Amino acid sequence: MWRKLLSVALVTVSVLVPAAALAEQKITLKSVSVDLPFGDRMFPDGPGADAVNSNCLACHSAGMVLDQPALSKAQWRTEVEKMRTAYKAPIDPKEVDTIVDYLAGLRH
Amino acid sequence: MDKLFPVPPSLSTRRRFLGTAGAATLAPLTALADNTIKLPLPGGPDERAITTAFPQKGALILQRTRPPLLETPMEVFDRSVFTPNDQFYVRWHWAGIPNEIDVKSFRLTVHGHVNRTVSLSLDEVLPLPQMELAAINQCSGNSRGYFEPRVSGAQWSHGAMGNARWTGVSLKTVLDRAGVKAGAVQVRFSGMDEAVLPEAPKLMKSLAIDHARNSEVMLAYAMNGEQLPLLNGFPLRLIVPGWYSTYWVKMLNYIEVLDQPDTNYWMKTAYTIPDTPHASVRPGETGFKTVPINRMVPRSFITNVKEGDKLKAGAAMLARGIAFGGDTGVARVDFSSNGGKSWQQAQLGKDEGKYSFRQWQFSFTPATGAQVLMVRCTSSSGEAQPDTPNWNPSGFMRNVIEQMPVVAV
Repeated sequence: MWRKLLSVALVTVSVLVPAAALAEQKITLKSVSVDLPFGDRMFPDGPGADAVNSNCLACHSAGMVLDQPALSKAQWRTEVEKMRTAYKAPIDPKEVDTIVDYLAGLRH
Repeated sequence: MDKLFPVPPSLSTRRRFLGTAGAATLAPLTALADNTIKLPLPGGPDERAITTAFPQKGALILQRTRPPLLETPMEVFDRSVFTPNDQFYVRWHWAGIPNEIDVKSFRLTVHGHVNRTVSLSLDEVLPLPQMELAAINQCSGNSRGYFEPRVSGAQWSHGAMGNARWTGVSLKTVLDRAGVKAGAVQVRFSGMDEAVLPEAPKLMKSLAIDHARNSEVMLAYAMNGEQLPLLNGFPLRLIVPGWYSTYWVKMLNYIEVLDQPDTNYWMKTAYTIPDTPHASVRPGETGFKTVPINRMVPRSFITNVKEGDKLKAGAAMLARGIAFGGDTGVARVDFSSNGGKSWQQAQLGKDEGKYSFRQWQFSFTPATGAQVLMVRCTSSSGEAQPDTPNWNPSGFMRNVIEQMPVVAV
């Protein structure tokens, strides 16, 4: 029923709205100022959580990490090393194992 | 009701009544009524928040807050062939996203292997000869969450894509203002976003010079008739029709003509695919040659039914959705209600251009019991979606025929 009413509404509106012009469109641009959410969720408590929170959250929020599937320790090591070497995250090499262990434990 | 191929009034020039079947009305998809959604990703985690917290954006699936990864829910694609700006997906690599853009002070600089460096204000860009085309923007990793074995990265369902009518100027026009010198091989693009860590590699993407000058690659200042949302790249975004979104540089402000191939991280290392059919390798395989990801491949989706829906057995109903050919148009779409045992040709909606979504619809009568609905696109160049999934370690270029299990009672 709702859909039926919507359809009727669409017919009515489309009669009133002129056909989209195919000629050149006059576009004007307006300056934009917005606020972007920061995402202040922390990694859940557990061994190594402090190392993860202090090394990872400067560049990205936690959500996508926590939504990863069950990855092996080797896969997580590849990710952490990518952050360190390719993306230049200043992770102390001594903390890499702690971070990898924490992440590999998320889904087990 | 024969209300088919829904088109919002602002985008329709006429109502279209294609098809003849009386459709059983389906229950509206309800994901947006809740503040979470379940994505049927194998093995999970499958729950995501629906967010309305982002500026100029409506309800989207939250994949990451900072830098934002926001996914378009599938039912948005059911409503119209063009994806509304406020529900168009969002993907950023670095968190240093300018949150203020002043249209008076913004400059686009064209430099490098050119006769003269030019710096154009928006007031200088807008009067250049205008062009418009419909094109799909799809993340290289769209649908990554369905790779098996699973791979790391943004765990997208199928909504890291969108289709818009882009208005702007040809890249060639802008390059000609600077005058490309003989010997140019590539053109490199970068935007205003910056990594938090200054040592991290600036996001830069390159196209071959002939591609850059093909008159289809464009700089868009409008999307579906309005200025781009900031999170989709306001004020200028590179549009590379038929190619994955990694090349569609947002907040574009530097264009550099190169006389040597670009070897920066984002071309040489990131966004590379196995140089194999369907960019596919065996899990664990190493030593394969890679190339930068490039053109898109055909895909299709059912948008008015979702996995696990209960359909009415014995009652004619309409299945509908969208398809695209990749870097060319849609030749045909076929539908199967028996898991691919038999296929029948679906009816196509209006052709909005070869780089656009194409709506399709098919009337069928579900038999009682469990069944798998499938839809298959064949492109104008004769490329059909494969029936086995590809696999690569980055989770790129999925285009297998998707399967939608449903039950009819």
